[in-house]
Amino acid sequence: MSIREKHDYPGLLFVCEGVDGSGKSTQLNLLRTWLQQEGYDVFFTEWNSSQLVKKTTKIGKKKKLLTPTTFSLIHCTDFADRLEHVIIPPLKAGMIVLADRYAFTAFSRDVARGVSREWIRSVYDFAVRPDMAFYFRPTLETAIGRILVGRTSLKYYEAGMDLGLSHDPIESFRIFQTRILDEYHAMVGEWDLQVIDADQSIEEMQTQVREKALPLLKSHNLRKSRR
Amino acid sequence: MKKAKFYGAGVPGMEKLDLPGKLIVIEGTDGVGRSTHINLLHDWLEQIGKGVLVTGLTRSPLIGGGLQAAKESKYLGRNTMTLFYATDFADRLENEIIPALRAGFIVIADRYLYTLIARDTVRGANSGWLRELYGFALVPDAVFYLNIDIDNLVARVLRAGKLNYWEAGMDMGLADNLFDSFYIYQSMLLDEFEKMRKEFKFSTVSCQGSVRSVQTRLRKKIEKIFKTPKTT
Repeated sequence: MSIREKHDYPGLLFVCEGVDGSGKSTQLNLLRTWLQQEGYDVFFTEWNSSQLVKKTTKIGKKKKLLTPTTFSLIHCTDFADRLEHVIIPPLKAGMIVLADRYAFTAFSRDVARGVSREWIRSVYDFAVRPDMAFYFRPTLETAIGRILVGRTSLKYYEAGMDLGLSHDPIESFRIFQTRILDEYHAMVGEWDLQVIDADQSIEEMQTQVREKALPLLKSHNLRKSRR
Repeated sequence: MKKAKFYGAGVPGMEKLDLPGKLIVIEGTDGVGRSTHINLLHDWLEQIGKGVLVTGLTRSPLIGGGLQAAKESKYLGRNTMTLFYATDFADRLENEIIPALRAGFIVIADRYLYTLIARDTVRGANSGWLRELYGFALVPDAVFYLNIDIDNLVARVLRAGKLNYWEAGMDMGLADNLFDSFYIYQSMLLDEFEKMRKEFKFSTVSCQGSVRSVQTRLRKKIEKIFKTPKTT
């Protein structure tokens, strides 16, 4: 199995990508609600949520022990655990898996931190290739505005403070997020990301998401829990 | 002064570091006597006035605890385990090994990525993937491979009363008892090390003979490294 090749499981894997504040989690939740109403069995997984690995990541972040390389590897460890336990089993059973962030998050964020583009792609080579990957693309101002609303401070790694880009967290965040957006932008063709303009209304975005997902749902014989 | 040299892309921000120290790796399978020889080398090197740091596998402050807990869980997948170990390895490399080398220390590594690759390869991991994964690792100044054949290894480990679950590879279900499992598993590991000898330029040290004679052979080889500093 390789992220570069189509998988042959009977299920479907949808992933959503985008910087913080792009609205991707809201969109994935709306997609989930719709699919469940349609009677599909839907499984959901979030970036950085494996019980087995989470503790280590948390300690590393809290104590600022992580370097670009270990930051990258610990997130991949987390991903590997979820891939095996949360993502692959439902796919084998002909169900739908929705992933809030996937390997592309590492491809953009870790490269923005300085790790090699080629290396990070080979590290994640064991991942299942998604059937469809949505990329919610906001303008930088929209993304920063959404993140900063109602917040008094940015987290250390989130703002890329470990890179020494600026002493001002907001300025650091701006530079770091710009780099991430550039990496995402360059990946659209490489991974066939489905671009959704994230400056639109929630409803407009969701309409596009469902329109894109529909042909895939129709062409697959997926397991339904209700009819 | 020599520059850092990596197997692949290396560690971000550390590509052009000057590393006046020496990284010496002692490789070899479980029970071959690595710790004994490392202790003797440590004493000797300090006696001749060198700063020495000894480092092993899975001792990093970041991962140490989490890795131990994960290992005890029965639900850890192969890739997850590989990546956990790789994270641990990277943490020690960046926070322990490289800083010591920058400060001119002799770093003795009790095993290196070769053991990790051997263990994962016999468990079915893709060997090409493993080599790419460890592209961040520093190329050592020397790798001394303590070589032993399986029958002598079995005898040594039995005499020391040290047959254990992991070193016997019991997780692989190779046999229904510790002894047979150890024999099969360690034979597989020795085969993997054999394959890596050329690829990673191991300097092989035979474990035949007394501790003292093996130690003498090791010291002679190490003295050569000090005399002819690599310029790479």
